[in-house]
Amino acid sequence: MGATALRNGPSPVPAPIDSIVEVRGISKTYGNVEALRGIDLDFPRGKLTSLLGPSGCGKTTLLKIIAGLIRADGGTVAINGKRVSAPGPERAFVFQDFALMPWATVTRNVAFGLELRGTNKAEREETARRYIAEVGLAGFEDKYPHELSGGMRQRVGLARALSVDADVLLLDEPFSAVDEQNRRKFQEDLIRLRTNQNKTFIFVTHSIEEAVYISDRIVLLSPRPGRVSQIIEPEIDRSGDPERIHRDRHYLDTVDEIWQGLKQYVE
Amino acid sequence: MTLFGYRVPMMASLLVWCVVWEIVGRLDLIFLLPPFSDVLAAAFNLVQTSSWQSATVTTLRAFATGMALSIVIGVPLGVLMGRVKIADDLLGMWVNIFSSAPLSAIVPVLMILFGFGEKTIVAAVFLFAIWIIVLDTRAGVRHISPSLIEMARSYGASRPALYTKIILWAALPEILAGIRLGLIRGVKGVVIGQLLVAIVGYGALFETFSRNFRMAEFWALTIILFAFALLIAELIERAEAKVEYYAGARQ
Ligand SMILES: Nc1ncnc2c1ncn2[C@@H]1O[C@H](COP(=O)(O)OP(=O)(O)OP(=O)(O)O)[C@@H](O)[C@H]1O
Ligand SMILES: [Mg+2]
Repeated sequence: MGATALRNGPSPVPAPIDSIVEVRGISKTYGNVEALRGIDLDFPRGKLTSLLGPSGCGKTTLLKIIAGLIRADGGTVAINGKRVSAPGPERAFVFQDFALMPWATVTRNVAFGLELRGTNKAEREETARRYIAEVGLAGFEDKYPHELSGGMRQRVGLARALSVDADVLLLDEPFSAVDEQNRRKFQEDLIRLRTNQNKTFIFVTHSIEEAVYISDRIVLLSPRPGRVSQIIEPEIDRSGDPERIHRDRHYLDTVDEIWQGLKQYVE
Repeated sequence: MTLFGYRVPMMASLLVWCVVWEIVGRLDLIFLLPPFSDVLAAAFNLVQTSSWQSATVTTLRAFATGMALSIVIGVPLGVLMGRVKIADDLLGMWVNIFSSAPLSAIVPVLMILFGFGEKTIVAAVFLFAIWIIVLDTRAGVRHISPSLIEMARSYGASRPALYTKIILWAALPEILAGIRLGLIRGVKGVVIGQLLVAIVGYGALFETFSRNFRMAEFWALTIILFAFALLIAELIERAEAKVEYYAGARQ
């Protein structure tokens, strides 16, 4: 077995040693669509956790509830032990469609979180430049979003999230609007970033390969109403060449294991 | 426009019509239509008279005031309707009615309300211009991508910051389009208002010229008005092109 299945079925899980985000009994219904039912989850500090599940199972809804962008009908979210119900500086969001301001340069887009916090211009542009370089966009500081490719735009979105120095990064299918080559490159960069930045990532995806490739922990959600169906911790050594991971036995086994679990929903 | 297979630029085709006008005028067929050269000469003399200059100042002032009012009130109203459903439900019907109603019919009512003076002209400009500004602003605000608003919220934007840093900018191309159309309608408003009130600005001049059959001056004034309207539309279009460039490929 390439992974440790922590549990099966929707019973509450004992809290890991140090969890930065704690989700308790979250449920959400849109009109008569029950999107989430009784979600209990803990996200360990400094790890990358993926939310994986079939389309429409409520991944985005859960992520946005954690972000404080959507109100849950029931349940609580706590960050660093403190209950939250609105956006806060300890979380930063990366959007599926990038959500860049088309009228602003890369620098201003990246610095926007700091601008809203009232950081002075020189300081925030300095910070922005650092993260623009960090995501590999040095030289594009004064470009406008429409002058960039999809992959580059999402790098801007990522740099913006990094520059506010939040503890938790919430990413909603950040690579789904990015072409395949760029996605590969991006995934490698994310692995590198996670080691450098010591942040907690919560990552929504519906690609099994992507989840296994980048995650320390994978939360499988069942189809609507979304519930936690399984938690998997792939034990993959990511220290070496990222290319190698795709041929790693554990990697292949875990992908297969998850596929076996999800297959029932597809058929 | 093409003529005998050649592309004729706008200016050239205008020139052709001027020549046609000149010929028809010289033939003396219609008393109402003096030769174009006479009209030009009249225009040249007209702009040197103090009555024209003061009429122009009055007209421009009324136009600018009316436009400023309709922008200052129309844009926030459009934003409100774009953002708040109740406001949209309450106001939507009226804005739509007014934006397509024959407003000239209301100008006499304005005269009763505001008297025979500049105020009525201002009110007419306002009434003609504001609705399209409201509608276009509303449409622009409606089309803002929800994720842009979520982005601002998630990075802690206050309500004022959300409006001044995101919503107004994201809707700017539509707002400017609305203002451009509003300006054109505002020109209509100022002309119709003045013609009906007829004792202020260009209205008074038109009244004098047509009553005394001074047709060359009458046409000269008309041409000046048309040129003014075109100039304004052109200026706004330039400004818009600049914004479009930045707003570029809106995602
Ligand atoms: N604002 C809304 N109003 C009504 N229903 C909604 C709304 N947002 C989401 N839903 C519904 O709730 C369910 C969960 O939506 P959500 O976007 O969270 O799923 P998802 O797992 O992110 O899906 P995908 O993989 O397609 O992104 C879906 O069935 C969706 O149709
Ligand atoms: Mg989603």
